[in-house]
Amino acid sequence: MSSPAVEVESLFKTFGDFHAVNNVSFSVAPGELFGFLGPNGAGKTTTISILCTLLQLSAGSARVAGFDVATQPNQVRSNIGLVFQEITLDDYLTGAENLKFHAVLYGCPPSQVKERTAPLLEMVGLTDRADQQVRFYSGGMKRRLEIARGLLHAPRVLFLDEPTIGLDPQTRLHIWDYVDQLRQREATTMFLTTHYMDEAERCDRIAIIDQGRIVAIDTPDALKASIGTDVVTIQTSDDAAAREQIIQVLGVTGDLTDDGLRLKVTDGEAFVPRLFDRLDTGVRNVNVRRPSLDDVFIEYTGRDIRDAEASTNDKFRSTAMARGLRKS
Amino acid sequence: MAKTFIPDSNPDPVAVPTPSLSTMHHEGPLLRNFRAMLMVWRRDIIRLFRMPTRIITGIAQPILFLFVLGAGLESAVGANGAAGVDYQQYLFPGILAMSVLTSALFSAIAIVWDREFGFLREMLVAPVRRSTLVLGKALGGGSVSVIQGLVLVVLAPIVGVSFTVASFFEMLFFLLLLAFSLTAFGIVVASRMQRMESFQMVMALVLQPMLFLSGAIFPLNALPKWLAVITRLNPATYGVDAIRRVILPQAAPLEIFGSVVPLWFDALVTLGFGVAMLALAVKLFGKTE
Repeated sequence: MSSPAVEVESLFKTFGDFHAVNNVSFSVAPGELFGFLGPNGAGKTTTISILCTLLQLSAGSARVAGFDVATQPNQVRSNIGLVFQEITLDDYLTGAENLKFHAVLYGCPPSQVKERTAPLLEMVGLTDRADQQVRFYSGGMKRRLEIARGLLHAPRVLFLDEPTIGLDPQTRLHIWDYVDQLRQREATTMFLTTHYMDEAERCDRIAIIDQGRIVAIDTPDALKASIGTDVVTIQTSDDAAAREQIIQVLGVTGDLTDDGLRLKVTDGEAFVPRLFDRLDTGVRNVNVRRPSLDDVFIEYTGRDIRDAEASTNDKFRSTAMARGLRKS
Repeated sequence: MAKTFIPDSNPDPVAVPTPSLSTMHHEGPLLRNFRAMLMVWRRDIIRLFRMPTRIITGIAQPILFLFVLGAGLESAVGANGAAGVDYQQYLFPGILAMSVLTSALFSAIAIVWDREFGFLREMLVAPVRRSTLVLGKALGGGSVSVIQGLVLVVLAPIVGVSFTVASFFEMLFFLLLLAFSLTAFGIVVASRMQRMESFQMVMALVLQPMLFLSGAIFPLNALPKWLAVITRLNPATYGVDAIRRVILPQAAPLEIFGSVVPLWFDALVTLGFGVAMLALAVKLFGKTE
């Protein structure tokens, strides 16, 4: 198991002249929790779909659990678990039946289905509801059932595509508790996509993906450290004018954002008094903090993740959606 | 639809004994695929009985045809006016075939439905052959439509059609064959469809012509030449003919260029069409973008 769990080299996926995945390379070590962070339409789901053999790559190569996704799709399928972005349970089957369907398709003899599914149902707290049709489940229960299903056949790599999307904060926290437990117990490699910063924080390493490219890849701490600075956000009566003045008198270039003028400085606490001293524009509000992954995202893409979402969505709709694709 | 919403109990994650995930048995691929096929089939059967309204809607139209269209046209064509039998009797095997045809093709809708609601992806990432999935779907859809068709058999005495044990099982055999073939055909159509709406359009353009031109509703032996040719090119024609012949031996059998089509030929065409469609379905099903 010393070879990488996932190994991707110069991967491309092209729809017409739109590069959904544009020269992406990375590798994930066994047991690692690896995250793809990026806005919707950045190419996260497209990449996952290729790694799961649901989509063909246009160029490059990808290996999962040691098998080539293009030439050994069946071996790849046997070794991966998937929790899709959208719910992929059969509503008219019970929770137990959904698990049974999965178990049998993955080669579990029918006589052993019960002993395999029972502990997983227990783990996700659905033992009592196992014989109820899934259409009566809440969103959180469906998600937990899907996670149990994804683990049923002991995959070497578990893909979680936006596993907590559309869930309330409390349920999200629970899902994460399960994920953490699982990692401790099974040492399963996990490949996660998210556009929640707090979820990306939990990963061993994250790749920031934007418009089909990986713009940065490292541990969350290293990424934050790579900015090398504190973040000072100020709101003034005229942010644009303040920005010009700060460039001139303090030599610091700020970014205008929805939250105000964002400045990156080496020592935030010492910077603020100097700022007040030199700035003519009235400051209404000051905030000094260590950089977050949000700041990292802005640093590498030049945009806020929410802005990025809006623009890539538009672009995506006009190209890939027109071809009848449902998602990237 | 009565929906009981059960609130999420959000249980605290409990520490349970490690599921021994490494003990998963991997058996021969043939057995695995066979079991997977049965599982796909069983899912369709379970779903049918969880949605009993489907059975009712599936038989409503054939019943309307049998009693309204049948009684109405019987008075127009007169006694023994349809291929040598009463029109309602003539129509009875027709509506069995019609029920099977409709539900077989609409069973294939389930694939588009699964695509839209994601369950298809769950099947497509499984380490089983695409042919396993297609075969399971064809058997599932076929069985569901035969079950729906059999519900109509209770109406036979009303229109003066009677069965022997032998004729019942012969009919069952041909119903299964027709249902299986048409479901395979439906899967071919469905595997090229992305959305529910387009499927319904195709069904309207495919299902109704296929039904009207199959001999289910009117005899095919005294038609204008152009219509006679089209009906003989319709693969459903042969299954319908076979079902009628085993139920109503006294009705005139299908003729091509004046000669009677043998029953084995009916069976062969239906089976051949089914196998060809199945092969095509496997090819289309396995394609990834």
